[in-house]
Amino acid sequence: MNIHEYQAKDIFRRYGIPVPPGDVATTPDEAERIARAYGTGVVVKAQVYAGGRGKAGGVKLARTPADARAAALQIIGMQIKGLTVPKVLVTPAADIASEAYAGIIVDRGSKRAVFMVSPAGGIDIEEVAATMPEKIMRLPVDPRYGLLPFEATRLGFFLYKNPKLARDAAKIMRQMWQAFVGSGGSLAEINPLAVTTGGDLLALDAKMVIDDNELDRRPDIAALRDETAENPSELAARRANLTFIKLDGNVGCVVNGAGLAMATMDLVKYYGGEPANFLDIGGSSNPEKVVNALKIITRDPNVKAILFNIFGGITRTDDVANGIVAATRDAPLDVPMVIRLTGTNEEIAVQILQQHGFSAMTDMDDAVQKAVRLATGGKAA
Amino acid sequence: MSIFIDRNTKVVVQGITGRDGSFHAKQMLDYGTCVVAGVTPGKGGQTFENQVPVFDTVADSVAATGANTAVIYVPPPFAADAMMEAADAGIALIVCITEGVPVLDMTRVSPYVQDRGARLIGPNCPGLITPGVSKVGIIPGRICTPGTVGVVSRSGTLTYEVVYQLTRAGIGQTTCVGIGGDPINGTSFIDCLQAFEADPETRAVAMMGEIGGTDEQQAAAFVRDHMSKPVVGFIAGQTAPPGRRMGHAGAIISGSAGTAAEKIDAFKAAGIGIAQRPVDFVPLLKDRL
Repeated sequence: MNIHEYQAKDIFRRYGIPVPPGDVATTPDEAERIARAYGTGVVVKAQVYAGGRGKAGGVKLARTPADARAAALQIIGMQIKGLTVPKVLVTPAADIASEAYAGIIVDRGSKRAVFMVSPAGGIDIEEVAATMPEKIMRLPVDPRYGLLPFEATRLGFFLYKNPKLARDAAKIMRQMWQAFVGSGGSLAEINPLAVTTGGDLLALDAKMVIDDNELDRRPDIAALRDETAENPSELAARRANLTFIKLDGNVGCVVNGAGLAMATMDLVKYYGGEPANFLDIGGSSNPEKVVNALKIITRDPNVKAILFNIFGGITRTDDVANGIVAATRDAPLDVPMVIRLTGTNEEIAVQILQQHGFSAMTDMDDAVQKAVRLATGGKAA
Repeated sequence: MSIFIDRNTKVVVQGITGRDGSFHAKQMLDYGTCVVAGVTPGKGGQTFENQVPVFDTVADSVAATGANTAVIYVPPPFAADAMMEAADAGIALIVCITEGVPVLDMTRVSPYVQDRGARLIGPNCPGLITPGVSKVGIIPGRICTPGTVGVVSRSGTLTYEVVYQLTRAGIGQTTCVGIGGDPINGTSFIDCLQAFEADPETRAVAMMGEIGGTDEQQAAAFVRDHMSKPVVGFIAGQTAPPGRRMGHAGAIISGSAGTAAEKIDAFKAAGIGIAQRPVDFVPLLKDRL
């Protein structure tokens, strides 16, 4: 789960990390009021679940309250990577002497959480890794002991030669580790970690991603979810316990299992089509899931054909067939549907579908080709 | 022959009285798997399906039955503890089916299990099956048939799809292993490839990877340097957008790393046959057997 910058800063602040003050505005009036209260120049920053905010014009410096208002007017409601910006963070502008980077990722190779720090901050860390790898220090953390004080000190001295700054940074590293573990993070970043002209460290930007699998045992973190910042289709899918990701094509896909769902999308492309989405209805059978899946897919006006690809292992294909019948009884489809199902209770499923005027296919390649043909009006496959 | 499970596999089912655990324990018994025990704390003394004794702890079950393999169906908040309990009880092979285990839990489970010399498969995996002999997990038995191809995959239903097509084409399997779709798991592609290379009955390997991480690239290097047997590979997620988690917790392109294209290139460079579609496994494997 993504959380906003201001929420990540709230978490960091709770663990003692120095972050600048800031308030959230959902209207230009609020932004102006906040800027006036600070009485200094401010930065108005889009709060949105997408990276590259600066490049997209979602971060603006405002010298006066009126400027802050104008900036908020531009930013609130703008689209960044297909997501609407619901709110902005208004935060006093700081005078910066230098910028560093500090992050924690979960490294698949070492099977550990790994600290990554670099004195070259304020830019994309992947770029630093590619162009000046010697400026990055990686430190895998042994989960049995957590980040040890001497390890934090090493990180601090890698960032700063000045002993005071190094010690302050080491303290921030320890606090950051506590915040990461205490929130069930899968990623935490401070970029930039700034040294102000006054010689203090300040986390100017903050990012955290929470492991979805942690949310059940961390209701306080789960409550940070901002549904106004999510893609509406993906929100509806999540509420229905479906995994859905919208894409730009026109073949709507309903599949059971993530690997098969990806393979189905790839096959659509292979035969000259473009998938409209990734959708995994999961392993367990439940007609209701099929009903919800069809509702979500048919909302997308780009969808010109719907493809079901169900391999019945644990999933019972007759449950899927019942779901298809139930969904189309209430709301007949405007677009053609191709149904491929095979495996558990296949004969019953085919019978159910035929009784309601649907036909079912058993071969994945045949079904995908047919769906692509229908979606493109016969121009592909 | 086979890898990891065979006629001597004696299974204890952790979470045997739960909804998923009881359903799949029954399926395993029906398939002929030697299920010797179940564990649900507080339900020790009961009997499952009139034949399998239930214990309160894994240690009790091992002492009483000599179980050497554990399969875990407990809910996500308890799965890490279940894996560690099995390792501590001296279980040699631990198969965790549970999906949704927090990744920070896995950073602790991984060294714990390793220190005790156990092999972990999963979590978030369908388990494994040696057709006609033993199945540990949830792979449907009837889609498999005994033969000479080893199968290893990060996915569940995609594996079923491929195995089903192989079986229909008369290509049987030595063992099919689903290693799971999480970012941190136990057994890797390389562990399975190594085992298949050493297994005298396996003559070729089908490997199904997906976007995210570098496990497939490392597997490709292993194939190039250490394998004499032919390998055919497939990568799911060529159409996946970067930065999005495609269902599996581990299926995500981070920045520019973990794409299908780079994995397919690594496969090609290692001499691995490329199945562009799942159905391509059939002719590619036939050519190599």
